[in-house]
Amino acid sequence: MRWVNRRIRRRQGILLGAIPLLALALTYLVIAASRHAANPNDKIFPIPGAMAEAMARLLFEPDQLSGRLLFWADTFASLQRLGLGLGISTLSALLVGLVLGALPPVRATFGPLVTGIAVIPPIALLPILFIAFGLGETSKVALIVIGIAPFMIRDIAAHVSALPQEQIAKAQTLGASSWQLMLRVALPQAMPRLIQAVRLSLGPAWVFLISAEAIASDIGLGYRIFLVRRYLSMEIILPYVAWIALLAVAMDILLVRSSRRLFPWAHGAAH
Amino acid sequence: MSALLSLQNVWVEYGEKIVLERVNLDIAAGSFVSIIGPSGAGKSSLLRIVLGQEAPTRGAMLLDGEPLTPECGPDRGVVFQRYSVFPHLTALGNTLFGLECEQAPFSARLFGARRRAAVAEAREMLAAVGLGDSADLYPAQMSGGMQQRLAIAQALVKRPRILLLDEPFGALDPGIRQDMHTLITRLWNEYALTVIMVTHDIREAFSLGTRVLTLDKRRHDPHAPHRFGATVVYDLPLSKRASAASTGGITIDTVDNN
Repeated sequence: MRWVNRRIRRRQGILLGAIPLLALALTYLVIAASRHAANPNDKIFPIPGAMAEAMARLLFEPDQLSGRLLFWADTFASLQRLGLGLGISTLSALLVGLVLGALPPVRATFGPLVTGIAVIPPIALLPILFIAFGLGETSKVALIVIGIAPFMIRDIAAHVSALPQEQIAKAQTLGASSWQLMLRVALPQAMPRLIQAVRLSLGPAWVFLISAEAIASDIGLGYRIFLVRRYLSMEIILPYVAWIALLAVAMDILLVRSSRRLFPWAHGAAH
Repeated sequence: MSALLSLQNVWVEYGEKIVLERVNLDIAAGSFVSIIGPSGAGKSSLLRIVLGQEAPTRGAMLLDGEPLTPECGPDRGVVFQRYSVFPHLTALGNTLFGLECEQAPFSARLFGARRRAAVAEAREMLAAVGLGDSADLYPAQMSGGMQQRLAIAQALVKRPRILLLDEPFGALDPGIRQDMHTLITRLWNEYALTVIMVTHDIREAFSLGTRVLTLDKRRHDPHAPHRFGATVVYDLPLSKRASAASTGGITIDTVDNN
């Protein structure tokens, strides 16, 4: 049978997907064990025991200086920034994107501005944000927003303006005003696309979060990674990276599930 | 017969290209007008200007003696070949939409007794097009024929003065198309509709219409084919249709080769 025609069942799929992950973990363990055997103080490939020990301190023992459980404080701080940034971006993408996509005069007026902002590399704006908002939370959230909101706005605007002309005409023959058209025709059809845009923006949002935290912060997942880098503490960096990956995957799954549940009409006939 | 819709010396031009020229047309209330013609003869352009999606370059259009605004409105209903139902609403939601827009300008949603009244009206309309049992289906769960039935119900619930059909059955199988012909003929009779239908199917045009218009170019310049527009070259009233229409789908020949 040709490979393009092979159908993978669910259990098979899980098994196949696990193979590379397990292989990677196994390779790491072999390398770590052999390096550990040669040099018990090796820091580059820490063995799992060392990772567990280092993480246990961050997870369960309060920090001597601040009295906080650092891992949880880092996670909470980062998720708060990410959540705020994503929330503001999503809301503005929905509002601005909808207006931009549905109303040609508004699109003609503000479209070029949004495009202009979207092509600026957000990291280049970081100094401006630090100068304008200080080194606190605001500038970090602002970096995430500036980084992903223009992309999301453009995506939603493009999606809304690409709704079939037939539908727009039909809505008007049914008596819809501009407002009603946006509220009942454009908005609901933009929602699944918005979730898609959030999913695609998660990666960049994490990049901007870690960058902002690495440059100026006193807490956060990105801050911790860049802090312990000075001591070559791979036994902390690696679990942190894995934790970030886990959080990102969980958010992605949550978004896909909620889209399927909330907007069944957008996911094919099988609902 | 008084003219419901009247087009006076209507021209449609896109820059250099003339699509329609000197179209003069009076359409009586209660007629079923089929428009046929070769591809590119401006059938759809004519429908679009009547619908209000585009404004004619020159000329006047009157509905009941009042000039038509170049904007779609609830006085003209439309069914396109595709994309004329909302994918995010169920059949019932699609049919309710027109009633909700009219009665709730701000929220475009109805509640309580007014909603119950609107739902009853929408269900009645769905039953009239044969979708009584499919009220809770989304368009993606429906066949092409059902979607077109829904589009018709959606338009008719607003009681438009004119119903415009833009190749409404062009994408359907021959068997389904026959059912749709019966349906549209029945609705035309029951609701005393005025219908303008653009079609590619000449047999359909004659079997449904009370009047058949053919659009084509009268003059042709081989060096500048775009400089002459199309106009109504044949205008055939079919008087026999009025009585025959009520019997449903008339079969002229049994071979369905469209």
